[in-house]
Amino acid sequence: MKKGRIKVMMGNEACGEAALLAGCRFYGGYPITPATEILEFMSRRLPLVDGLCLQMEDEIAALVAVVGASWGGTKAMTATSGPGFCLMQEAIGMAVAVEAPCVIINVMRGGPASGQSTSTAQGDFYQARYGSNGDYSLIVLCPSTAQEMFDHTIKAFNLSERFRIPVIILSDEVVGHIREKVFLPDADQLTLVERKAPTVPREEFIPFQPDTDGVPFMPAFNTGYKCPVISQAKSQSGNRGNAREAAENIRRIVSKIEDHMDEFAEVQVYGDEKAETAFVTFGSVCRAARSAVDMGRENGLALRSVEVKTVWPFPDDLVRRALAGAGRVVVAEMNLGMMQREIERVVRRPEIRIELFSKIGGLYPQPQEFLRFLEE
Amino acid sequence: MNPLAEKYLRKEFLPFLFCPGCGDGMIVQAFLKAVDDLGCIDDLAMTAGIGCSAWIGVYMNVDILKILHGRAIPAAIGLKATRPSRKVVTFTGDGDCLAIGGNHLLHAARRNIDITVVMVNNQIYAMTGGQVAPSTMLGSKTQTTPYGNIEKQLDGCRVAIAAGATMVSRWSTAHLKPLIKAFKTAINHKGFSYLEIISQCPVQTGRYLLGSGSPEFNLQWIKEHCVKEEDPSQWEEIEAQGKIPVGDFLRTERPEFMEEVQRMNRRVKEEQARGGDR
Repeated sequence: MKKGRIKVMMGNEACGEAALLAGCRFYGGYPITPATEILEFMSRRLPLVDGLCLQMEDEIAALVAVVGASWGGTKAMTATSGPGFCLMQEAIGMAVAVEAPCVIINVMRGGPASGQSTSTAQGDFYQARYGSNGDYSLIVLCPSTAQEMFDHTIKAFNLSERFRIPVIILSDEVVGHIREKVFLPDADQLTLVERKAPTVPREEFIPFQPDTDGVPFMPAFNTGYKCPVISQAKSQSGNRGNAREAAENIRRIVSKIEDHMDEFAEVQVYGDEKAETAFVTFGSVCRAARSAVDMGRENGLALRSVEVKTVWPFPDDLVRRALAGAGRVVVAEMNLGMMQREIERVVRRPEIRIELFSKIGGLYPQPQEFLRFLEE
Repeated sequence: MNPLAEKYLRKEFLPFLFCPGCGDGMIVQAFLKAVDDLGCIDDLAMTAGIGCSAWIGVYMNVDILKILHGRAIPAAIGLKATRPSRKVVTFTGDGDCLAIGGNHLLHAARRNIDITVVMVNNQIYAMTGGQVAPSTMLGSKTQTTPYGNIEKQLDGCRVAIAAGATMVSRWSTAHLKPLIKAFKTAINHKGFSYLEIISQCPVQTGRYLLGSGSPEFNLQWIKEHCVKEEDPSQWEEIEAQGKIPVGDFLRTERPEFMEEVQRMNRRVKEEQARGGDR
């Protein structure tokens, strides 16, 4: 049993607490509902630990400053919601290209455009994975409780340092604003991962030469390594690369993540693991689905809810395993069927019915609605 | 090889991608002379965006983060914020700094954070093949103003002064001695410094705007058009003659951002130790 304390707190605050414990000492942000509480929390708390919270002039500057801080040798984070997340897309690709560890929180709200600032939605499912230009990969985690806002934030920092990538937490308004019990472990109870610094002398250091796990060593600026870091297609030396070098680099920054999914991919099953009918959910919808599973059990109806915690890279094998034996699959999400496409891709069996239970417009699905959907 | 090049350039990255006659090579040399005089190469952290001048720092043996178009300044802020002892220098161009990145210039100057922004002004989008920039002269025919530029120029120095920069200079590639001096002043200046360099682009500005692609002609044009005038009240008159005022325009003191951050952090922690509510 880990040592710590229990506190009732908002999901967004739990995220901030976790970031501080993970060692985040720079936060670049811009106010946007429903993510603003994270910026406010960091502006109160970072000065107390000699960190810096900067409210930048826009979300582009926020994420770019985070990448600067990351190469400066500091763990850094930003948080936003849909419209701000749009502005960050170019810099997300840039963070991938310059292999800067950082954490980006997207507390989703209704879209498109300004959409519904105070209502929940899950319409950024694909944007989180494919929003920037070119081929790349990154890791996206989806919390469904305030506790998971905490746990996933720790995990996000660790994965970002492990793989030298931006890790995105795709939360939503419900999870960001919910107030519930959160177990805050003591600092000494946490396992934290730090980026690997080079140990070879500077003359032998090749800036983007990968270690055996595909991840290059990362020297902080002004530690003597004099690193050329460009966001162009590059060779291992850091200079502009030719076609072969560019292709090699792109394959490496994808495979360094996708070849190691067993380290982080997570899918949970709630309810009867052998039930004929399975919901597939992510983020806050997991909560209502759990209640629906419980209500079903009370009425003698066996149900399972497959909760995808790491939505990108999509955990095909884990989802297939979690859905084994199910004849009816209902993907429940607050968009017009984004994860449904992934499920259709993963479960290619004609005898399995894949249906969509979709709620949009800012309405959160009620547990009874899940059961009514099954009856219809 | 030039001894400065021998000492400070990444030889394996050469040759430069700059076109023959480009001012960027002269700027590399002037900057390295300043850095050599100051002996500060190990303290430098550089950032850059996109454009010809963005490559200036890449050839130097320094830590450099060359990222997105227009976004070099926020990256510089991230670097400065995480270790204030760094000397952070950003090389940017007129399009990078005044168009796509204009917002960041305003707010970095307003904060008076101790970074140096070197804006290389060739009055055109050169790398993309000669399109109009916010710095292009009225009437100029570029690839995207085929009937003449009808938009007023934006003056980066006036913008920097208005936004709160505490050191502002403009020199040119025809003023190498004052330029080297201005580099040194800017690097050592405690606060936000903005240093603009009027530079020649024979290939785009020269050929299409000034009527000659000859490097000598273009440097001569700069020599004839850049007039030393450090009194802003005289600028309009000079500009009315089609000339460009150069000089050391502003050097003043105002609390520097990271020093204020550290002061605030100390104060907040002391208050907390005394039992404040945070």
